[in-house]
Amino acid sequence: MNSKLYARPESLTDAPFHYCPGCQHGIVHRIIAEVIDELGVRKQTIGVAPVGCSVLAYDYFNFDIVQASHGRAPAVATGVKRVCPDSTVFTYQGDGDLASIGCAEVVHAAARGERITTIFINNAIYGMTGGQMAPTTLVDQVTTTSPYGRNVNQVGTPLCISEMLSTIKGARFIARVAVNNPSNMAKAKAAIKKAFQLQNNGEGFCLVEVLSTCPTNWGMTPVEAVKWLETNMIPQYPLGVFKDAGGE
Amino acid sequence: MSETRLMKGNEAIGEAAIIAGCRYYFGYPITPQTELMEYMAKRMPQIEGVFLQAESEIAAINMVYGAAGAGARVMTSSSSPGISLKAEGISYCAGAELPCVIVNIMRGGPGLGSIQPAQADYFQATKGGGHGDYRNIVLAPNSVQEMADLTMLSFELADKYRNPVMLLGDGALGQMMEPVNLEEKPLVSQEKPWAANGLGERTKPNVINSLYLKPEQLEAHNIHLQNKYQKIIKQECRWEEFSVEDAELIVVAYGITSRIARSAVEMAKRDGLKVGLFRPISLWPFPSERLLTLAKQTRAFLVAELSAGQMIEDVRLATRQMKPVHFYGRMGGMMPSSREIYNQVNLIVREKKEAVK
Repeated sequence: MNSKLYARPESLTDAPFHYCPGCQHGIVHRIIAEVIDELGVRKQTIGVAPVGCSVLAYDYFNFDIVQASHGRAPAVATGVKRVCPDSTVFTYQGDGDLASIGCAEVVHAAARGERITTIFINNAIYGMTGGQMAPTTLVDQVTTTSPYGRNVNQVGTPLCISEMLSTIKGARFIARVAVNNPSNMAKAKAAIKKAFQLQNNGEGFCLVEVLSTCPTNWGMTPVEAVKWLETNMIPQYPLGVFKDAGGE
Repeated sequence: MSETRLMKGNEAIGEAAIIAGCRYYFGYPITPQTELMEYMAKRMPQIEGVFLQAESEIAAINMVYGAAGAGARVMTSSSSPGISLKAEGISYCAGAELPCVIVNIMRGGPGLGSIQPAQADYFQATKGGGHGDYRNIVLAPNSVQEMADLTMLSFELADKYRNPVMLLGDGALGQMMEPVNLEEKPLVSQEKPWAANGLGERTKPNVINSLYLKPEQLEAHNIHLQNKYQKIIKQECRWEEFSVEDAELIVVAYGITSRIARSAVEMAKRDGLKVGLFRPISLWPFPSERLLTLAKQTRAFLVAELSAGQMIEDVRLATRQMKPVHFYGRMGGMMPSSREIYNQVNLIVREKKEAVK
């Protein structure tokens, strides 16, 4: 007897991802889709797509999506959630989107304890515009706009979003994960699931930061990129749960 | 049920929005529109609506975008510098065809300007303000009563055309108190099958978006928008006229200026001058056709505005320069008296007579 043990989640369409080889957006999309399927909330989920590489998220997710302007996804999600308080509303944002131009929106969504979930993809670089410096770019990291390496005397130090947001009272759950190996992928899925569950229980703002690779703009092979993430990014951005208000 | 109350213009907008079914308001304080925001803060919780003070004008318009995308009747308000901050979001609302109402209670500019009334945002309101080929429907009340009536109309038009509507007032209208009759009206159906509010029984996801990466698709979307705008031009031109039939000079003014101009026109008529008043109520679509007809029967126009001359360009375009178009404007929050406008009228009419002799 044959039985299907592993299938495409219903929350994903069958459109092939446009992402570069080795990019981890696809893995995170799949995790989100699995979580939404497992929670049985696909028909009440509204995603908010960002500006950046994942702007086309609406082609891949099989539920309602609102595309937001650069950095404004938490404000857009606030509008959606206030109209549909029983829905599951999440934003999906990169580091240029969330940590730079949209820093105010995410801070104030957290301060309001807005009942939304934010998935924050941190790959330390602007992807879609071709590899410019982000607030999360590491010290001495070379990008197209920091061609001599990020110089802290000129442009400051990397912004640690999870640590920063965990100081805000309205934030309910803040965690940083990575999808560099199967074990971390399982942890990432558990954190993302928790962030959605807490929202559905009517609790406040939840954010999961996912350390992610950008082989194309880092100028590496996919394997080198994963190694670079492990050697350079994780020491700067340690993994773990930074805030779980239930546990306080 | 109807009720006559003495209200500030800003408050009348708030109550009218509630009567029109608006249950979501997102805003940020700025003078001289703040009373509207404060009114919503007080009233929305009483009717189980949502009032939210956003962290910025930018966040407020994006909350509007989200709420409109989810299918709600939603409003934001601001004043000139705040509307500049909202410009990006308004362009997105236009691109994604989201019905929403944006109130601009204008003050002097550019930059931080002043907190006094002005009409210097006409270009910004009617020609875009944000990026891309788009139009807002722009309505310009000239009384507290009309601030209420046109607010209700704004919500209807927004839903009818899936388009942002801007109610364009100024600091004088926002702050003045007048009797206003607020009539409860049955709500027209607000079914929005396109809204992204969760799949529910639908099988196909709804997407709210203004991104079309393929040029063919973006051009097709723009053509669709332009066709919609043409339909709005045909159906939604609104204006008021006074004593234009045998007028040798027609004063063109909107909003608060139209009331000052009306007094000036009445003074001139008492002096035996043949003068009329034309007041555009919809600034976009601009009532060009009617003005063209009037251009054929009058000798000249005088445009009066609280700006350096912005609507005058639309008057010149509409009348195809068939007749001279004169201008009188004050800036920076200065309000002309009816005597000042009367003097201009007098000057032009007598000069014309001289020229004829």
